[in-house]
Amino acid sequence: MSNLLKVASSPHVRAKDDTRRIMFYVLLALMPTTIFGIYNFGFRALLLIIECVATCVMSEYLFECAIGKKSTITDLSAAVTGLLLALNLPVTLPMWQAVLGSVFAIVVVKMLFGGLGQNFMNPALGGRVFLLISFATTMTNFTYDGVSAATPLATLKAGGSVNTLDMLIGRTGGTIGETSALFIIIGAIILILLGVIDLVIPGIYLLTFVVFIVLFSGHGFDTSYIVAHLCGGGLMLGAFFMATDYVTSPITPLGKVIYAICLGVLTGLFRIFGNSAEGVSYAIIFSNLLVPLIERVTVPRAFGITKEKKPKEVEG
Amino acid sequence: MGLRTFKGGVHPYDGKDLSKDKPIKELKPQGIMVYPLSQHIGAIATPVVSVGDTVLRGQKIAESAGFVSANIYSSVSGTVKAIEPRRVAVGDMVDSIVIESDGKFIETGFEACSDYTALTKEQIIEKIQNAGIVGMGGAGFPTHVKLSPKNPEKIEYIIANCAECEPYLTSDYRSMVEEPEKLIEGLKIVLQLFPNAKGILAIEDNKSDVIASLSKKVEGESRIEVVPLMTKYPQGGERQLIYACTGRAINSKMLPADAGCIVDNVATINAIYTAIVEGKPVMDRIFTISGDSVADPCNFKICIGTSFKEILEAAGGYTTEPEKLIAGGPMMGFSLFDIDIPSTKTTGGLLCLSQDEVSKYETTACINCGRCVEACPENLIPSRLAKFSSHGDKEQFEKWHGLECIECGSCSYVCPARKPLAQSVKTMKKMVIADKRKK
Repeated sequence: MSNLLKVASSPHVRAKDDTRRIMFYVLLALMPTTIFGIYNFGFRALLLIIECVATCVMSEYLFECAIGKKSTITDLSAAVTGLLLALNLPVTLPMWQAVLGSVFAIVVVKMLFGGLGQNFMNPALGGRVFLLISFATTMTNFTYDGVSAATPLATLKAGGSVNTLDMLIGRTGGTIGETSALFIIIGAIILILLGVIDLVIPGIYLLTFVVFIVLFSGHGFDTSYIVAHLCGGGLMLGAFFMATDYVTSPITPLGKVIYAICLGVLTGLFRIFGNSAEGVSYAIIFSNLLVPLIERVTVPRAFGITKEKKPKEVEG
Repeated sequence: MGLRTFKGGVHPYDGKDLSKDKPIKELKPQGIMVYPLSQHIGAIATPVVSVGDTVLRGQKIAESAGFVSANIYSSVSGTVKAIEPRRVAVGDMVDSIVIESDGKFIETGFEACSDYTALTKEQIIEKIQNAGIVGMGGAGFPTHVKLSPKNPEKIEYIIANCAECEPYLTSDYRSMVEEPEKLIEGLKIVLQLFPNAKGILAIEDNKSDVIASLSKKVEGESRIEVVPLMTKYPQGGERQLIYACTGRAINSKMLPADAGCIVDNVATINAIYTAIVEGKPVMDRIFTISGDSVADPCNFKICIGTSFKEILEAAGGYTTEPEKLIAGGPMMGFSLFDIDIPSTKTTGGLLCLSQDEVSKYETTACINCGRCVEACPENLIPSRLAKFSSHGDKEQFEKWHGLECIECGSCSYVCPARKPLAQSVKTMKKMVIADKRKK
C-alpha cells in the first residue's frame, strides 16, 4: 500500500457545523436588523458598523501576532463581536470612541482572558458598558430623523406615552440595531431554524421580565406598557443575540433556566427601580458573572442515576 | 404519538444504501485463518490444539478459561500452523491460533435438534456456552453469562437489538430480510428460559420493510412483539434501547437484568438458533464491507477468522486508495493501520473510506455551545468531562458522572470546535476505573 492509513479514535465522522459556520449564521441572522438600522439611521450607521467590525478583527489579529499565537480571526467570532457592538451604539457616537470600545471588547474582555471560549462576559456588551461609563453623554445622545430625541423607554420612565407600533417596527430613537423588534425577531427565527439557539434562554428571560414588570412596575397588566417595554431598549437584541452567547451562558440545561430567570429579574429591577431607563446590558453582564456558580450547582444527573438520598420504602 | 426513542443522540449520514440491497453471499476463504484467543470479554481462552495438528471445521480449538470466557472453534478444515501473537482490530497483539485451510471445509459431525422445546433450561444454556456464543454486536460478552441472571423469573423483557444504528452496517438488516425465522425461533429459545418474559424485536424505522415483514411473522406469537424505534444514533446502545422499549433507565453500575431486561443483538440470537437447532458452534457470521473505496460494497457470510484482506478482495478490492479503514461502524469502530487483520466473532463490518474527514479538521477552542450536552444520550456534559480529563482531575470527573459514558461518540460527532471529546472521556474513564481496581 502506497499511502499510510489514517488512524484515530472513534468516531470517524463529524457533523458539518463548525465554529466558523455557526458564527457565520449569527452574522447572517443579524443582517435584517443591521440593514434596517442603516436604513433607519443613515450612512453614518454603516460607517460605524464597518469601523467596529474592522477594529475588532484587527485587534484580535494584532494581539495574537504580538503574543505569538496562531491567528483565530477566521473563526469570525471577532466579526460577530464587532457587529454586535456597533448595533449597540448610538449613530452619533464619535468614531474614535467606537474604536476604543472595540479594542476594549476584544483585547481586555476577550483576549486577555484567553480568547474565544474563555471570556467570562460578552465582549460586545463589555465594550458597550465600558463606553457607557466612560462617555455617558455621547453614548446616550440619541437622535431620530436628525433630531435629538428621548428613547421610548426614557419617555415611558418619565411617565409619557409612546407609539408601540413605531417601536415594533423600529421607527424610534435608540442604538443602531436595537430599535426594531420585528427585524430582530426575524433574525432570531433564522437562528432558531439553523439550530444555533433555542428558545429556552430568550423565552424564559422575556417571560420573567414581563412577570416582573406586571408585579412591580405599578402599571399592572397594561398591555401597551408591556409591549413598549418588550420592544424598547436593548431587550430583544439582548435576549436573542447576547444572552444566548454560548461562551457566557451556562451549558447545563437547568442552568440555562436559572440564568434566564436572573436576566429577567435583573432587567426588570434595573429598568423599574434603576436610575437609567435601560438595564439589559447590565443585567446580562451581571448574569454572565453568575454563570460559573450556576453551572456548579446544576450538574445534571446522568441517565439512569436516581436520587440517592431519602431512602423511601425499599423495593421488595 | 411519536416513535419510541431516548433523549439525545445524533443523525449521522447513514450510508446504508451502499449495501442494503445486496443479498448475503457465502465467502469461502482460501488463505490463512487467524483465531485470536480473546474474541470476548473475560478470560482468554486456552488452546486445545498444537502446532501441526489437523483440525476440522467445527472442531474446538480453544477452550473457555472460566465462567466468563468462551470457546473458540475452527471455521475451516486444515492444519494448525502456529500459535503466536497476531495484530487484531483494536490494535493489540493477541495470542492467536493460525490455521492453514485445506480448502475442503470438512466438518465434524453436528448434533441437530428437531424439537428445542423438549430441552431443559440447563441444556439450552449449556449448549449456548459450548457453542462459544458471545455478544456479536461488538461487546463480546459471553451470552451464557447474560442468560444466567440471579433471578430468571424476574426477567420481563428479552429485547432483540435489531436497531443497527451504526451507519453503513447492514449485516443485521440483511439477515432479518433473508433469515427472519432464525431470529424469531432464536428469540423463542431464549424466551423458553424466562417464563415471565416477553420478547421484543426492537427495530429502527429506517428498516420499515423489516418492521412490516417481522410484524406479520410474529402475528401468531403471543409472547413476541415488534417495537418500531426512531432512527437515531445510538438507538442500539443497550441502555438507550431498554429505555426506548420499556421506559426503564439503568446506569453503569446496573445490569440490564436489574431492570428485568436482557438484550441480545440479531447476530447473537441467530447464533443461538444455529447452536441449538443445528447444533453448530459459532463459526460464521454476517459481515458488511462498505465505504466509497470498495468496488462492490456488499454483505458476506464469512468464516470467522478470515482476513479482512481476503474479504476485501472478494468485494472487488479498492476503486480508490482508502485513507481510512474501520473495523465496525464509523461511530464506534476501530481504525486499522493494516488490512491484514482477522475477522472475529464481534466484527460486523469493514469500512474503507477514501477520505478521512476527521484528520483534516483542526481543533479549535470550546465555545461552550452545549451541542455535546444535547447529543449525549447519557445526559452528561462531555465538554466539561473532557476538560477534567485534560486536567487529570479524577475527582471532578467522577462527580460529573464521567463513568456513565457509553463511549458512543455523539459528542465528538457534533462538536463544532472539532474536539475529540469522546476520546478524552474514554481515556479518563479507563484511568479512573484502573485506579478503582488498585484500591
